Amino acid sequence: MMASAAPVLGPVDPYLIPALDGVAYGLLLFVAASGLVFCFGVANILNLAHGTLYAIGAYTAAALLDGGWAMLLVALGVGVVASAGAGGLLAGLLAPVARRDHLTQALLTFGVALAGGSLLVTAFGPDSLPVRIPAALDGTVVLAGHRYAAYRLVFIGVAALLALLLYLAVARTRAGMLVRAAVDDADMVACLGVNPARIRLGVLTVAGALAGAAGVLGAPIIGPAPSTADNVLLLSLVVVVLGGLGSVRGTLLAALAVGEIQSLGVALAPTAAPFLLFAAMAVVLAVRARGLSGRWLRLRPRLGGTA
Amino acid sequence: MTPAGRRWLFRAGGAGLLGYAVAVPWLVDTYTTSVFARTLVLALVGVSVALLTGLAGLPTLGQTGPFAAGAYGSALVAMHVSSVGVVQVLTGALVGGLFALLTVPLVVYARGVVVLMITLAIGELTVTAASRWSSVTGGTDGLAGIPPIQPVWGMAALDGDRARYLYTLVVVGVVIAAVVMVLRTPAGLLLRASRDDEGRMRASGHRVTGYLAVAFTAAGAVAGVAGSLLVTAQQYVSPADFGFDVSALLLLGVVIGGATSIGGAVAGTALVIAVRDWLSGLLPGHAPLLLGGLFVLTAYLFPRGVAGFSTDVARLLRSRSGERTGRALRGGDRAGYGHRDRPLPAEVGATTGRPTGGSGADS
Repeated sequence: MMASAAPVLGPVDPYLIPALDGVAYGLLLFVAASGLVFCFGVANILNLAHGTLYAIGAYTAAALLDGGWAMLLVALGVGVVASAGAGGLLAGLLAPVARRDHLTQALLTFGVALAGGSLLVTAFGPDSLPVRIPAALDGTVVLAGHRYAAYRLVFIGVAALLALLLYLAVARTRAGMLVRAAVDDADMVACLGVNPARIRLGVLTVAGALAGAAGVLGAPIIGPAPSTADNVLLLSLVVVVLGGLGSVRGTLLAALAVGEIQSLGVALAPTAAPFLLFAAMAVVLAVRARGLSGRWLRLRPRLGGTA
Repeated sequence: MTPAGRRWLFRAGGAGLLGYAVAVPWLVDTYTTSVFARTLVLALVGVSVALLTGLAGLPTLGQTGPFAAGAYGSALVAMHVSSVGVVQVLTGALVGGLFALLTVPLVVYARGVVVLMITLAIGELTVTAASRWSSVTGGTDGLAGIPPIQPVWGMAALDGDRARYLYTLVVVGVVIAAVVMVLRTPAGLLLRASRDDEGRMRASGHRVTGYLAVAFTAAGAVAGVAGSLLVTAQQYVSPADFGFDVSALLLLGVVIGGATSIGGAVAGTALVIAVRDWLSGLLPGHAPLLLGGLFVLTAYLFPRGVAGFSTDVARLLRSRSGERTGRALRGGDRAGYGHRDRPLPAEVGATTGRPTGGSGADS
């Protein structure tokens, strides 16, 4: 869960800090959930082990960070490589069942999540672990009269940069073009000579890398604990449901919305807090009546063609 | 073996199992009896999962939602209103059904893996809500001290694991019998037809979405009854009873059981829950690892997707008895849980031939 916010001194505008927290939380969710969106949109795999990939990054951060900048970079590298490797491994495990139904694939990824979670608990113990962020960031800065955790402020910047890079990668590179094409029509991409197995491997590896990066950088916000994987998976799923598969922008907006609901919403309406995510899902699904976006409608059986 | 002979074999096997289920409390110790009661409860949730996954074509990971709603609803009734079993079971059904009805708009417009995702979110959000809404649900501590149940008005309160087990067995039996009977009416046929060829059903003027909404609500009511029985069986309820792992285990059990058959769902769920309990007793702390391995292994072992397993068995039996096998084989591809959204190119050739017959796996 969220680490406690920095002590707030001075005149307190009660909603500024939660709102800022919501941005940090939302950007973290964006980086974590975008991997899930890729898996689902491109390879059409519901990856229930996605939260575990995040947890690998978070545990890496807890194990390696010692308060210095060098170790932050090392942890980032190790975490990204480890999670990307785990994603690649998952792609390998999925290869034999690639032509089976979605249910089989989802159950397989859930098995991997169960086993992976168990291995992480065996390796790191059943308690939630503290994460030591670089000493220079371990303080507060004054922001419009409020004290705010420096790390979160920096995190907002870094995550925004990541989001921008991701957007550019999807919009401007050849790999991004393939991703967009595969979301649109995977069969056509395969007919054009792109091997679906390679797409799957690539997508799961990239998803792992993104989840790993989110895990290492986000460990001070959603820290490593046995419940982390479930927690991140759930929030990422809600982001996917809210944002659809159509665009990076949709995912970003959905992630920011979930972040704000989880922090600002809880501050504004503590009694309704347990149901806010439900309500958000219901509202979005109702507004976009019968689905989440054009992309979702297309996932349904094509009635016109066969009936 | 002739079809009639096979039917007799199934009936004899079923009767044997039922006899064993009735005799269990006198054969094992009280702790095991209570474990059996909980297994029965989860088997009933498994039936509701099978209703949606196999028969309606909406693969679900979220039946823990109405299950939890029914459990908390009847726990509150048991604590504050009435200790009569009939009232509690009806409360469970009502609350579970109402919960499902409220989530209908989230689910019925989606298909396939999207449903899996949305229902998973619903189930998880329910658990989150249950653990945070402490004033009603007791938070993560749950609700304890639920008074013993009287099955009907005027009867003595049940005490002891044996009595509670038998009560659970009776209610589960009645509900399953009701579900099977409803599925034998045209309603069941409409549901299967909607799953197998939605476009054709719509073209013939059937309101498929409406059917799915009814099925979803009914499955929620079944899960709600199971929730009420859970409260009776363990006299305690907490969010831990409705976790993500429970949903996944239920789905695994249903899929092992063949997804389309109610009997298979009961057997598969019971098997999976028994394996889980056995593993956690055998290797405390490492059960999830082995269980995870079991999931992966299951995914590999079933030849054409787990949902096709029972079709394979049926085909085997049929080929032994010299029947035609082609229909069962082709029907099986669509039998499990509805349409594939997007077949991979390699399978396009294999799946373009639409099956002409109904699925061979229903029984």
